[in-house]
Amino acid sequence: MVVIVFFQLVVLQQPIPNLGELLLGTLFVMIGLALFVKGLEMGLFPIGETMAHAFARKGSLTWLLLFAAALGFGTTVAEPALIAVAEEASEIAAAGKVIENTPEAMESYADGLRLTVAVSVGFAILVGVLRIIRGWPIHYLIIAGYIGVIIMTAFAPPEIIGIAYDSGGVTTSTITVPLVTALGVGLASSIKGRNPMIDGFGLIAFASLTPMIFVMGYGMLI
Amino acid sequence: MSLDTVFALWHTLIGTIADVVPIVVIIFGFQLLVLRKPIPHMGRVIAGFVYVLIGLAFFLEGLELALFPLGKLMAAQLTDPAFIADIAGVAKQMAELDWKDYYWVYLFAFSIGFSTTIAEPSLLAVAIKANQVSAGSIGVMGLRVAVALGVAIGIALGTYRIVSGTPLHWYIIAGYIVVVIQTFFAPKLIVALAYDSGGVTTSTVTVPLVAALGLGLASTVPGRSTLLDGFGLIAFASLFPIMSVMAYAQLSEWRAKRASRSN
Repeated sequence: MVVIVFFQLVVLQQPIPNLGELLLGTLFVMIGLALFVKGLEMGLFPIGETMAHAFARKGSLTWLLLFAAALGFGTTVAEPALIAVAEEASEIAAAGKVIENTPEAMESYADGLRLTVAVSVGFAILVGVLRIIRGWPIHYLIIAGYIGVIIMTAFAPPEIIGIAYDSGGVTTSTITVPLVTALGVGLASSIKGRNPMIDGFGLIAFASLTPMIFVMGYGMLI
Repeated sequence: MSLDTVFALWHTLIGTIADVVPIVVIIFGFQLLVLRKPIPHMGRVIAGFVYVLIGLAFFLEGLELALFPLGKLMAAQLTDPAFIADIAGVAKQMAELDWKDYYWVYLFAFSIGFSTTIAEPSLLAVAIKANQVSAGSIGVMGLRVAVALGVAIGIALGTYRIVSGTPLHWYIIAGYIVVVIQTFFAPKLIVALAYDSGGVTTSTVTVPLVAALGLGLASTVPGRSTLLDGFGLIAFASLFPIMSVMAYAQLSEWRAKRASRSN
């Protein structure tokens, strides 16, 4: 907020339009954040952790992995930021003559991209949960992912690279992040020999890495 | 508060609820069909969800009122050729502008990266969790500032890349190499959290503003295509926090060591 006011007055030397709206908006932001944090502590964190404990007690790996993949896929496929990025990507593809410049072709391209990212996030959470259970060190998996990204960059069409790199960042929404974090920490603390700090975090990291690889793969196939 | 605002708030709330439906279906589906156990403190959990939804609706609507229109307008004004040529002083032609003449853009990118990240709700959530898990040794504000600095540096460098027109993947590969090297020297406890902080930084607040900045800049600078060069800022914003969080942990470890040695 301070940044906006400074640049508006000092650098651009223009008055601030709608001062009332600015103040009301600031008030809304503060109320919203306070309610969000309260809701986190009451709802999202406890449900993520109790489910993690329940799955650990049940001892069925298949169901846990299925749940992880479903959570990753389900929360990503409807993510508004992803829908926006997929639409822009279809415009780029149409302009670059990768696909036909018709609304139908663009829509099917955007839907395909959206599904690709959602599948890759589901896969990422699945691998991440498996890592927590097995106790694999995170950095080997991440480094392997980085190598995957670099190899794919060499082969993917140049138009898709910028979008692919960006798609890693936009997948994880404000509601997914606390839920997935609580799930990871809950799992790591209910399995013997796992440290919640070392093993519990890292699910989000996978979810931001795999979409890059999958989207570049999608760009190569189409 | 005008009627329009109430209406818009309601609209945002409906949108947020629609985003949550798949999550709720998955959670309750698995809870009832697979785990077959009632959820403990059911009422409290539901109340928590309601708080999160209303909170997010207020938050987004507040941004829509206060920050987004002005931020997007400013991104457009700052990248306006007339403004940049004016700041550069001499009446240079657009094509002759050096990358140095865009310094206000870098500064704006840095500050917008920092301030939007501090306000990011998902980062706040992860910081609260990390603080609980580490029994207080990772400060909520310390982590948020470390991540925000990373995003700020990342976006400033990203705007430089758009102005200079250098290929995105070289920056990202170089960043990966630094991250890998840092991983072997950083305290083990922080590594997973640092990797996570790359992904959480860019959501509700940061993405729209940063995207507006990138696209505006790419359409202003001569010889850049909006389609090819406008993207990539988010990638910078997801990579640099990993480095800054590990650096923050290394710095605090080093300071703790030095303090214990002097005693």
